[in-house]
Amino acid sequence: MSKSILTRRGLLKTGAIAGAGLAMPLVFSKGAAAYTNEPKGGSVTLGFNVPQSGPYADEGGDELRAYKLAVEHLNGGGDGGMLNTFSSKALKGNGILGKKVQFVTGDTQTKSDAARASAKSMIEKDGAIMITGGSSSGVAIATQGLCQDAGVIFMAGLTHSNDTTGKDKKANGFRHFFNAYMSAAALGPVLSSAYGKDRKFYMLTADYTWGWTQAASMKAFLEHEGWTMVKDVRTPLATTDFSSYIAPVLNSGADVLILNHYGGNMVNSLTNAVNFGLRDKTVNGKNFEIVVPLYSRLMAKGAGANVKGILGSTNWHWSLQDAGTKAFVKSFGTKYGFPPSQAAHTVYCQTLLYADACERAGTFNPCGVGEALQGFQFDGLGNGPVLYRAADHQCFKDVLVVRGKENPSSEFDLLEVVQKTPVDKVTYKPDNPFFKGGALGQCNPGA
Amino acid sequence: MMKINLNDKILMLIVTVVVLLAPFILQPFAEGTALAQFNAGYPDLLQRIVIFGIFAIGFNILFGLTGYLSFGHAAFLGVGSYSAVWMFKLLSMNVIPGILLAIVTSGLFALLIGWISLRRSGIYFSILTLAFAQMSYNLAYSVLTQFTNGETGLQIRLSDPRVLDGAATNGTLPSTNILPPSLVNGFEMRDTYQLHLGNWLFQFNTGYYVTAVILILAFYLSLRIFRSPFGLMLRAVKTNQTRLNYTGINTRPYTLAAFVISGMYAGLAGGLLAAMDPLAGAERMQWTVGGEVVLMTILGGAGTLIGPVLGAGFIKYFENIFSKINDTVLHHWFSFLPDGLQNFAVDLIHPFVGKGWQLTLGLIFMAVVIFLPGGLVEGSQKLAGLFRRRTKKTGGGPDEQHHPKTTPHVAE
Repeated sequence: MSKSILTRRGLLKTGAIAGAGLAMPLVFSKGAAAYTNEPKGGSVTLGFNVPQSGPYADEGGDELRAYKLAVEHLNGGGDGGMLNTFSSKALKGNGILGKKVQFVTGDTQTKSDAARASAKSMIEKDGAIMITGGSSSGVAIATQGLCQDAGVIFMAGLTHSNDTTGKDKKANGFRHFFNAYMSAAALGPVLSSAYGKDRKFYMLTADYTWGWTQAASMKAFLEHEGWTMVKDVRTPLATTDFSSYIAPVLNSGADVLILNHYGGNMVNSLTNAVNFGLRDKTVNGKNFEIVVPLYSRLMAKGAGANVKGILGSTNWHWSLQDAGTKAFVKSFGTKYGFPPSQAAHTVYCQTLLYADACERAGTFNPCGVGEALQGFQFDGLGNGPVLYRAADHQCFKDVLVVRGKENPSSEFDLLEVVQKTPVDKVTYKPDNPFFKGGALGQCNPGA
Repeated sequence: MMKINLNDKILMLIVTVVVLLAPFILQPFAEGTALAQFNAGYPDLLQRIVIFGIFAIGFNILFGLTGYLSFGHAAFLGVGSYSAVWMFKLLSMNVIPGILLAIVTSGLFALLIGWISLRRSGIYFSILTLAFAQMSYNLAYSVLTQFTNGETGLQIRLSDPRVLDGAATNGTLPSTNILPPSLVNGFEMRDTYQLHLGNWLFQFNTGYYVTAVILILAFYLSLRIFRSPFGLMLRAVKTNQTRLNYTGINTRPYTLAAFVISGMYAGLAGGLLAAMDPLAGAERMQWTVGGEVVLMTILGGAGTLIGPVLGAGFIKYFENIFSKINDTVLHHWFSFLPDGLQNFAVDLIHPFVGKGWQLTLGLIFMAVVIFLPGGLVEGSQKLAGLFRRRTKKTGGGPDEQHHPKTTPHVAE
C-alpha cells in the first residue's frame, strides 16, 4: 500500500519537475541573429572537417594544409596564391567582409556519424558559419544534410559520388570537385582507343555511395564502347587486404580490372593485384590491364612503382602550366616543401569561392552566399573556365585523363596528363538518369 | 517488500536537478576566455551525454546486476536508430512513434539474441553477443543496404511519404519534433533558446530537455528494478547461479528478462540519437560502440545506480572536448613561456590531447580499475567518507542526510 503511494508521489514530483523543465526554455527568447552563427565580432569562424584517421587520412592531412594556406591568403598573409590569378577580384586580402578569418578543425574518422558529431560541435560550440571538407562521399553527403538542417553553407571537399550533387543534393551544399559520371565520360573513349573495342572487364568497388555510382557510370560508358562486364564485386571501405578479392579475377576470363577504390583502399588493392602478377598476364590473347578511374598523386605515391602505365582521371594536377596552378603550387610548395594533391587544390578553391561569394553578396547569410555561387562563372583557379551550375550546385570544367609515369623525374612527378577532356564532353543535363531523384529544396539560413 | 528509501529519493532528486540544470553546470567559463575550450554546455554534447547515459543505465541492468558481460549492445543501439529513422521517413517527423518503434524492435531483437546467447555464461556468452553484433554490423553495412543505405547511412529525404505529416510544401527538409510545428512552434528538436548573462552564453535546447526527461524516467525505472524482488533475483544470479539452479530455480527467464530490458534501453538510446539527428549509420553497430558502453559502466561503477551515467558523461566529455585541443590551442595556452620552453611544453602534452585523447582516457581507465575497482562512484564515496570523518572529528553538523549514501551492492 505504502509502496503505491510513494510511487504516485514520486511520479507526480518527477512530472512536475519535468514539466517545469520543459516550460523553462519558453521563458527565454530565441537568439536575435538573422541566420545561424551570424558573426558579431571582428572575426569569422570556418569549420574544416577532414578525415585525420581511416583510409582517407592522407588526403585529409593534405586538405588541412591547403585550408590553412587559404586562410593565410584570405587574411592577407603569404604570397596570396591563387587570389592573384582568380578572375573575381572581390577579395582584398583583409579577411572576409573585413572580418579576420579563423578556423576550427575536426576529425571525421571517415565515418558519417563521427563527421556529423564533429560538424555539429563546430556549429554549436565554435560558432562556425561554414563547414567544408569531407573526404569520402558518404561523409560529405551526411555532413551536407546536417548543414542544410542547421542552416550553414557546406562547401564539399573531396567527394566524387554522383549522389552528392545528384539524388542527395541540398540547397546549402556546393561541390567544386568533379564526379564519377564525368570520370567515366572522359575515360571511356580513352580506354577503348588504348586497349581496343573488345574487352571484358571485372570491377572491384568500394561498398558505399561513391563506389556504387562510380561502378554504374563506368559500366554504362564502357558498355557503350562495346566492352562487356564480367562481374562487379563490392568491398567494404575498411578492407586493408584485397588478396581474397583479387584471386578470383585470375580465373574469371576478364582481361581488364577496374579498381573503383580510392586512397588507402586503392593503394592496397593495386599492390595486391600487381603482386598477383595480373599485369604480366595475357588473357584472351590480350595484355591484362588495370584501370583506376579516380587517381591522385598521393595514391600514386603510396602505390609506388605499381602505378606505372596505369590510366585514370583526376580533377587537377600540379604539373599543369596555367597561371593559377603555378601560383598555387608555388605558395603551397614554399610553405610545405612538396606540391599539393588534387584534394588540397579543390578545398583551397572551395574556401576562396566561398569567401568570394560572401564578398560579392555582401553578407554571410547562407541564402545570399548561395545565390552568389549559383551560376557563377570563374577562371584562374587552375581548371580553366568553370561554371557553378545553379540547377545542382555542381562545378563544370575540363577533366584530366592521366597515366602513371614510366620514368618519374622526381618523387612527386608520378602522373602525366594524357588528355584534357573538354568540359562539353562531360556535361550532362540535371535530370540525367544518374543524377535524378533528388531536389535542392529551399536554402535554409537557420536561426 | 523493498521500497524506495529516503536515500534513493535524495539520489533521484539530485539526478533530476543536475540533469535539468546541466546547460548551466557544464558551461562554467565565460565566452572568449581560454578556458571556454572546456565548456561542454552546447546542445549536441549534452544530448550525447544524456543518451549514452540511458544506454549505460540499461547496460548496467544486465551487467551490473547479473554479471553477464555483453559486447553486443551496439546492435540494439543501431536497430533502434534504424527503426526510428524509418518511422520518420514513413509516418511522421514526430519523435514519439519513432522512439516507441525503436524500443519495440530492439526488444524483439534482444529477445532473439538473448534467447540464443544466454544458453552459455561467462566468456562464451560475451563471445556470442560479440559475434551477433558483428553479424548485425555487416548485415547493415553491406547486405541489407536497401534498408540501411550502407556506409552512407539512412537519411530522410524530401521525397519520403511521411503519411501523417503530409507532403513538405516549401521544399525544406522537415526536422524532428515532439509537438508538430503546425500546432505550436518551438518544439522542434533543434530549437535552441539562448540566454546571455554577462559574458556567459547558456543554450537551452528542446531536444536536450526531451532526452533529459526520458533519462530521468529511465533512471527511475532502473532504481525500481534495483530495489525490486526481480532485482534481488538478478543479484542472486550474479552471486551464485549454480546454487540457484540446485535449489530448483530456473534462472533463464530472469536473465532473459534482464537482457531484453537492457536491449530495450539500448534501443531507446538509439531511437533518441536518431531523433536528435535523423541519420542512422552502420558504424553505430560496430563492436567498438559495444565496448564503449562497457567502459562507461565500469568507469562509472558497475552495479551502482548513478555510476553508468557518470561514466557516460566522462567518456563523452573526453571524446568531444579533449579531442578538440590541437597544437594551435596548446601554443596559445603556453604563449607566456619563452619559445623553446613553449615548444617543449606543447610537444610534451601533444600526445595526450587532440587525436591522442584515447590515450589519456586509457590511462585514466587503468588508474580507475586498479585503484578504484568500484569506479568513479567508489572514488566519490571515499572522498565523502574522508570528509565525513573529518567533520565528525570537529563535531560537524548532521551531514549524513545530505549525502547520497553508499548504495549497497557495489560490484564485487
